[in-house]
Amino acid sequence: MKDFAYLTAHDVPTAVRAITTPGAKFLGGGTNLVDLMRQNIERPDTVIDITQLPLDQIEELPDGGLRIGAMVRNSRLAAHRLIRTRYPVLAQAILAGASGQLRNMATVGGNVLQRTRCPYFADLAARCNKREQGSGCDAIGGFNRNAAIFGASEHCVATHPSDMCVALAALDAIIELESVRGTRRLPLVGFHMLPGDSPQHETAIAPDELITAIELPDLPAAARSRYRKVRDRSSYAFALVSVAAATEVRNGVITEARLALGGVAARPWRAHEAERVLLGAPATEDSFLRAAEAELTAAVPLSQNGFKIELAKRAITATLRQLHVEGSAA
Amino acid sequence: MADIRMRVNGSIEKLDVEPRVSLLDALREHLGLTGTKKGCDQGACGACTVLVDGERISSCLALAVQYADRDITTIEGVSDPLQESFVRHDGLQCGYCTPGQICSALGMLAEHAAGMASAVTEHVADEEIELTAEEIRERMSGNLCRCGSYNGIVAAIQESAGSAR
Repeated sequence: MKDFAYLTAHDVPTAVRAITTPGAKFLGGGTNLVDLMRQNIERPDTVIDITQLPLDQIEELPDGGLRIGAMVRNSRLAAHRLIRTRYPVLAQAILAGASGQLRNMATVGGNVLQRTRCPYFADLAARCNKREQGSGCDAIGGFNRNAAIFGASEHCVATHPSDMCVALAALDAIIELESVRGTRRLPLVGFHMLPGDSPQHETAIAPDELITAIELPDLPAAARSRYRKVRDRSSYAFALVSVAAATEVRNGVITEARLALGGVAARPWRAHEAERVLLGAPATEDSFLRAAEAELTAAVPLSQNGFKIELAKRAITATLRQLHVEGSAA
Repeated sequence: MADIRMRVNGSIEKLDVEPRVSLLDALREHLGLTGTKKGCDQGACGACTVLVDGERISSCLALAVQYADRDITTIEGVSDPLQESFVRHDGLQCGYCTPGQICSALGMLAEHAAGMASAVTEHVADEEIELTAEEIRERMSGNLCRCGSYNGIVAAIQESAGSAR
């Protein structure tokens, strides 16, 4: 690993001033950044430890929502009573990711900003437009069974690896960003960029910005929610496909539907097409199937990942069915 | 170089390390505590698991400087009936993953005692969760064993969890 200068920020103003130094990077739990630094994929000159920032609280907001400090560890978020009861899909999604050790280290802000696990991104001998702009993409004609089926481009087919963000997308979470220039609030849906012709540009965050908090809106339907993850082994693996779903059903009719998919795109994929079909439809197997079909119409497979289309359809219908029959995961 | 102090297995240790030194290398190479093992060095195998303030982490992905003034427990500082259970149930063959398995299991049992759910918990809002073999396997999935001693590991943890703790 390349040597670097190291400093610890104890307050947000110090952190956002320090990040304006060229070559500086924020360090949260380190579960992704330290790994990438060891592989020389990330080569910061200055590392700013932000885990001592006073951003480790989970607070109820006056409007009924929740404010989650960006330095809250993944395990603490999943264990929080209000997350488990009001937003079970989020607790489930976090618990479906990584391992107990890594969840104890990883921060909420770092989870949002984690890099793709595309094997070509991590292989310095391979071509990767995300790692080295204009070098090409070895994934497209290579081992691509894990790659995206939505929103990919001829330059990049990588997926975003987070489980947590899939739940946050379904819940319409807000990301709060801070810099020396001030504070911004952005919806998580749309925060992660599709690759287009600049796959190195992964999120809407500016180089001098710090994620300070994630806010969850007051969403009664979220109490009836579930996360389902399909992967090559039953634990400690990234998703082939995952589904975050929350629904509200009145008199047999779906009155609220939140659906997002993981493992299928460079962003947590909010399934707007499926939601449109579900809203106002009877809560039946037929509606669930039609919703899944509608969402997957736009999917574009590569040579090895076509199975994800059928897998996503089945995962969507299974999640909705389970939510309808067994109810909430809470 | 950074001068840091940390409490390791109860005693205060002074370290002069470059910021790029992992907690794992600081423990093994600087303090001579070679009980903690380096497996993959990329957070995928769990062999390097240690306890920080009682919580399990992967020490290979931790920079030592980030853990200044914290309370670290490695296998050298563990004396727990769980270790005898591992022997009794053949929870190991080569033993390379065992220090990580033991530290991870102790952290996991504390998480369970605190009411934390897992990915196989049917209702995540439940706080009284029975520690079944399925729960143990899921909660210990961050620790790989190339010898495949998983049945023994699960049995050892189950026995230890079942006895008064």
